[in-house]
Amino acid sequence: MSVRHHVSDELLLDYASGSLSEGWGLAVATHLALCPECRVRLGRIEAAAGALMDADDVTDAQAASVDASWAAMQARMAEADAPATAKTRSSTQTMGRPAAILPEPLRSYVGGDVGELKWKALGRGAYHIPIRTNDGETSVRLLRIPAGKPVPEHTHGGRELTLVLAGSFHDETGRFGRGDLEDADSSLEHQPIADEGEDCICLAVTDAPLKFKSRLLRIIQPVLGI
Amino acid sequence: MSHLLAAVARDRDKEAFETLFRHYAPRVKAYMARQARDSQAAEELMQETMMAVWNKAALFDPERGNVSAWIFTIARNLRVSAYRKDRRPEFDPQDPAFVPDDVPSADEEYQSRQEAERLRIAMQDLPSEQRELLQLSFFNEVSHSTIAKDLNLPLGTVKSRIRMAFAKLRAALDDRLMEDHR
Ligand SMILES: [Zn+2]
Ligand SMILES: [Zn+2]
Repeated sequence: MSVRHHVSDELLLDYASGSLSEGWGLAVATHLALCPECRVRLGRIEAAAGALMDADDVTDAQAASVDASWAAMQARMAEADAPATAKTRSSTQTMGRPAAILPEPLRSYVGGDVGELKWKALGRGAYHIPIRTNDGETSVRLLRIPAGKPVPEHTHGGRELTLVLAGSFHDETGRFGRGDLEDADSSLEHQPIADEGEDCICLAVTDAPLKFKSRLLRIIQPVLGI
Repeated sequence: MSHLLAAVARDRDKEAFETLFRHYAPRVKAYMARQARDSQAAEELMQETMMAVWNKAALFDPERGNVSAWIFTIARNLRVSAYRKDRRPEFDPQDPAFVPDDVPSADEEYQSRQEAERLRIAMQDLPSEQRELLQLSFFNEVSHSTIAKDLNLPLGTVKSRIRMAFAKLRAALDDRLMEDHR
């Protein structure tokens, strides 16, 4: 089944330019691992960056300093290590290994695949694992919502990226399965509901606490760390 | 440029590399200078980038992109690790959970060269405000929300300019596809 909900142009541009903070970048890179279509889009954006760099005018001063730079470069090359050799593109490396549910880079961030994780209870059968990043801006977690159960209805103080890794959910905007990315901002009020049959595991990245409709949830929110 | 890089990979051809160096070194250094504290730091990061080009030439895959895009990504990664405290997460094509590309078409290298040329022309034709936005984003490494603040534009305007720019680039590439099928 192929991915239907993709990364927006703006997010992909920020990821390509290197300006996207780690938390959002984790969701984008993990989507890219599951989505050949967006990798093609990323390749084109990087090609556009290369074309801009190519078209950059070189000033006379810059041109004049190239000789000195080249001399320094040659000195480095003389003491360089052996060059890297081309990787042969083969699938043998992946043979004999069980297919993983969580792709890289996410798997390393949570410290293992789905079967090896230590989930923390959130109540009502839902679990989460907070993920540490160094961006000081986003809050990142892996969420597990029991099959057929809702995430409490909420709005967003800021942006929320949700990437589905197993199972599926639906809300007011559509249905989201493995690899699908939901990009919600403060204008969206929604109640995601996990579909029947399988628990829904997703990566959720936010930059502001969710605003729950339920007063009780708002009270226990700080305790849960959501 | 692609044949020069191939010569570097195959024969460790210093002349070919010098030609690449003389073209890219000033551009990569200018790119680094947007973030580096002084020109010496920019020079050092440029040297590291070009050293990686020299050493990793064999890893360049002409089917997957053109030389300037490849050098841009090397420079970007080095700049991010030099000046950012957080990481830029990346996917791993060797990972068992990685979903591989669809079946490749007959001559991807040719196609990717054609695409790069199309893109280059389309970039020149972009309206200046869209081109400026891409430039700010790639070279100054600022997010689209920061650009909105800096240029004092509504975020929605910045987003729609980005979308329009990409729609134009996409259209330029789709033209080619249609010509091919004619
Ligand atoms: Zn996608
Ligand atoms: Zn939400």
